[in-house]
Amino acid sequence: MHPIDTLQAAWPALMDGLWITLQLTVFSSVLAAALAVPLALVRVHAPAAAQAPLRLYISFARGTPILAQLFLIFYGSGQFRPLLTEWGLWSFFRDPSNCALLAFVFNSTAYQTEILRGGIQGVPPGEIEAARAIGMSRVTALRRVVLPHAYRIAWPAIGNEIILLMKASALASIVTVFDLMGQTRRIFSRSFDFSIYLWAALLYLAITAVFVVLWRLVERRLSRHLAARQAPLPAANPRTT
Amino acid sequence: MTNLSLAAAAAALALFAQAASAETLRIATEGAYPPFNYTEPNGQLAGFDVDIARELCTRLKAECEIVAQDWDGIIPGLLANKYDLIVASMFITDERKQQVDFSEPYYRAAMTLVAPKDAGLTDLSPEGLADKVIGAQAGATQGDYATATYTQSDVRLYPAQDEVNLDLAGGRIDLQVGDMLPMVDWTMNSEDGACCELVGEPITDPAFVGEGVGIAMRKGQDDLRGRINAALAEMRADGAYKALNDKYFPIDVYTLK
Repeated sequence: MHPIDTLQAAWPALMDGLWITLQLTVFSSVLAAALAVPLALVRVHAPAAAQAPLRLYISFARGTPILAQLFLIFYGSGQFRPLLTEWGLWSFFRDPSNCALLAFVFNSTAYQTEILRGGIQGVPPGEIEAARAIGMSRVTALRRVVLPHAYRIAWPAIGNEIILLMKASALASIVTVFDLMGQTRRIFSRSFDFSIYLWAALLYLAITAVFVVLWRLVERRLSRHLAARQAPLPAANPRTT
Repeated sequence: MTNLSLAAAAAALALFAQAASAETLRIATEGAYPPFNYTEPNGQLAGFDVDIARELCTRLKAECEIVAQDWDGIIPGLLANKYDLIVASMFITDERKQQVDFSEPYYRAAMTLVAPKDAGLTDLSPEGLADKVIGAQAGATQGDYATATYTQSDVRLYPAQDEVNLDLAGGRIDLQVGDMLPMVDWTMNSEDGACCELVGEPITDPAFVGEGVGIAMRKGQDDLRGRINAALAEMRADGAYKALNDKYFPIDVYTLK
């Protein structure tokens, strides 16, 4: 079959899959981003002993394959069904999309926490002192000075992490969530037509390309004061004398 | 001129090599489909398919190498010349026949629904199962059947049969479409399979089940196919087949009686 015909025949299924992939990526990266803020603050400010469980979690989440985490959550939860039913959690774990989402949030939160910790620690102490000196409370300083600057520092790294997460979401296809990769494999198992993988790759590439452009626009907006500072000074008025 | 003589030399060498040493056959199986093919704890492949493949090799006087290959890549791997035969409980279907050639069937097959013992299902029609979650293996006839038949149900497709079983036992799916014989084996002989039982009539729709289970090979190898068919008929006639059959099944899987 001609590759264009393959694409045409597969288009509706690929779009279904693409939609699932986008949902998985957006939900898991947003949830992870929200969780990362308090956790990063713990990493920066809490005493070492209090941080121990958090550091253990981060090493586990970053040091094991995301596939292993997904299998542990998906098939592991199946083994503890009576317990989970008792706690009223089984209906959550029963749905494979929830398991996939949980695995991705679990993994990405660890990375985003560490990225944001780096950002917070990169804020010059002088800025915080200045904020305190003009009478801002710790919380106000955090909200108006530290976090905006921390995000500006961490922004490119967070973007990288989201791209990695988007690609990792292809793993959801092996726990019966039919995302873009799942649909592609299903179509391939019927037609044995390799070109479908090429089309899937191009779709992934398209998502990444759009994301990179959007991310860079936001980055530029976050750094607009730096751009202003670098612009040449307006020319002095020609002397009249 | 040089090219021509080189080619002639190569051809002569190939002929000589074939005559001198035994034929080598590389055989793929899935290794995740008990009792037909599975991987033992020590990593060895075993099962009815694997025994049939070994017996076949002895009779063809071939040296065989049996490899495990994931199901959804098993036909592409054959076409890409990574191995020569597939002995992996593959149903002979029209769709597959467009890609590969098959031997005569070496066993018959039917599919069945399997549900937990306490499910109390009475209406097994597509309407009756409309709000159920049905699992099956992707890229297999069971998956095709489930997708085509239970259009109103939530059909989940898994990469391997072991994983469907795991989720049926775990309760993530309400029932599954499986192959008859592995399902008999799973529900009778395994610990987690004891949760469940076969429900309804065997599914024998030839549009899905085909003529039975055959050995797949690349197209156009009529000589090899002839020799395989002859060896299978021989095994059937001299009782070697029955000995292998009885090792695994209480019924004759060649006739399903």
